[in-house]
Amino acid sequence: MTKHAHAPADLKADQMFINFGPQHPSTHGVLRIALTVEGEVVMKGDPDVGFLHRGMEKLFEARTYSQGLILTDRLDYISATHNNLGYCLAVEKLAGIQAPLRAQYIRVLAAELNRIASHLVFFGTFGVDMGAFTPFLYAFREREMIMDLFEMLCGGRLLHSYVRVGGVAADLPAGWTEKCREFLTFFKPMLKDYDTLLSGNPIFRSRTEGVGIIGADRAVSWGLSGPTLRGSGVSYDVRKAEPYCVYDKLNFTVPVGKNGDCLDRYYCRMKEMEQSVEIAFQCLDALAGAELNPGEFMAKGVPKMFKAPAGQAYAHVEASRGDLGFFAVSDGGFNPYRMHVRGPSFINVAILQEILVGCKIADVVAILGSLDIVLGEVDR
Amino acid sequence: MGIVLDNLSKIEALPGGGIALATSDELINWARTSSVWPLTFGLACCAIEMMAAYASRFDFERMGVFPRPTPRQADVMFVAGTVAKKMADPIIRIYKQMPEPKFVIAMGGCANCGGPFYDSYAVVKGVDKIIPVDVYLPGCPPRPEALMYAVIKLQEKMRKMTVKGGHGATPLQGTGSRKLT
Repeated sequence: MTKHAHAPADLKADQMFINFGPQHPSTHGVLRIALTVEGEVVMKGDPDVGFLHRGMEKLFEARTYSQGLILTDRLDYISATHNNLGYCLAVEKLAGIQAPLRAQYIRVLAAELNRIASHLVFFGTFGVDMGAFTPFLYAFREREMIMDLFEMLCGGRLLHSYVRVGGVAADLPAGWTEKCREFLTFFKPMLKDYDTLLSGNPIFRSRTEGVGIIGADRAVSWGLSGPTLRGSGVSYDVRKAEPYCVYDKLNFTVPVGKNGDCLDRYYCRMKEMEQSVEIAFQCLDALAGAELNPGEFMAKGVPKMFKAPAGQAYAHVEASRGDLGFFAVSDGGFNPYRMHVRGPSFINVAILQEILVGCKIADVVAILGSLDIVLGEVDR
Repeated sequence: MGIVLDNLSKIEALPGGGIALATSDELINWARTSSVWPLTFGLACCAIEMMAAYASRFDFERMGVFPRPTPRQADVMFVAGTVAKKMADPIIRIYKQMPEPKFVIAMGGCANCGGPFYDSYAVVKGVDKIIPVDVYLPGCPPRPEALMYAVIKLQEKMRKMTVKGGHGATPLQGTGSRKLT
């Protein structure tokens, strides 16, 4: 085991040392939190990351720009399309490629569907963490429908690689738009069901309300992003602050919480799903319009292997978990010289060491669940 | 009893009912294959497909696969995802905590051989480098149906186990994990 696995030397007689993870059903992966507890109260909590470190940033340097795409899927594997999109935007900026308008709309549509799928996983697993198993089954039922849609698009269920450098892998297949509309109309009223299932549940509320409060100042100073930041009442969304693709042409709002507790972070995600449905509808309408040429899903003349001119580029997108950035540096060769990933989960998980102090052991699960981290992105 | 008799060819009911005869191998293996309890142990992307297998559409529980949160109650470990070098020690430790007989399904390309991270400095190239594996399941990630197929393959293997001589499904299971380094 690692050298930290054992109790620290300065442990007092009435204190206990607990390894929370790396194998624990509610750590959502292989996070380890070294907890020092006094009775039920946490005195010290240290997140220990790296159990899923795959050396991805180094691997990018050994892949061509097109090959590097499949690694990005495996960063935040629950919302693969956002990773693809962020990577492609950075590489396109670096190589001076412009994706056609139709591809931009398809990208946004795929990204928003993926956001719903990702938040559904959050909704299901957060319910399980709080002791409610039934919402998990509902969430995964709807998620499977999105998986079907993605399977029609690109053949992959979980990891898509649908967004490519210069556009998307293929145009929307025949009958897809109808299926997508069918799903969205089915899904929209389901959100109300979720509220009655979980959001209004008294046990759920008492375990999340007022637990793990992060004030707006603290959230900003720790560099949080995504729903974790917006739950604290800070309205920052990359889609609004620095619109990419066609987000500036779309009409949507950014849900913001008030207290910054677990419930607010949870509810921000639920509200976001509603907005994602709206965005998806607008994209479908635009794609049906005549001004977007059908079949124009890829920029012309993008080879499978290409050299990017020497320089650097940074692009970021609003992924399901927050502000996901890719910083690409090229020395003029076929491979990136350096590819840095700014993963939102990695930055969000850091605040644990501060907010865990003083809470109960049961609240650790609630707080960790409400941050909604993905270890693939934390460790990279 | 009716269901048991239908499914087990080697169980004989004596005339008049009340007593049935079976070989112990047949009976134990029937019980063992019908309740394969895995450890809830997700490492990476494959864990999400594993979760999907437990959830609504696929409903793994109808095959008797019911996830247990502790290795002490688990029969099989799905190694679902990339085994990073830092994670190798905890995996061996968890494997040792599981009671005999125990089985391992290496799920996905990473657990088989390193998968897309075949040239990474931080990844164990296949979980079989550290613990014995019974079923290799390719895919990146494998579909939930594929995981179900892997369990069916594991059940086939379990049926070959015999009590006499302590023969496990694999030669390694004769010695158990005590000799594991």
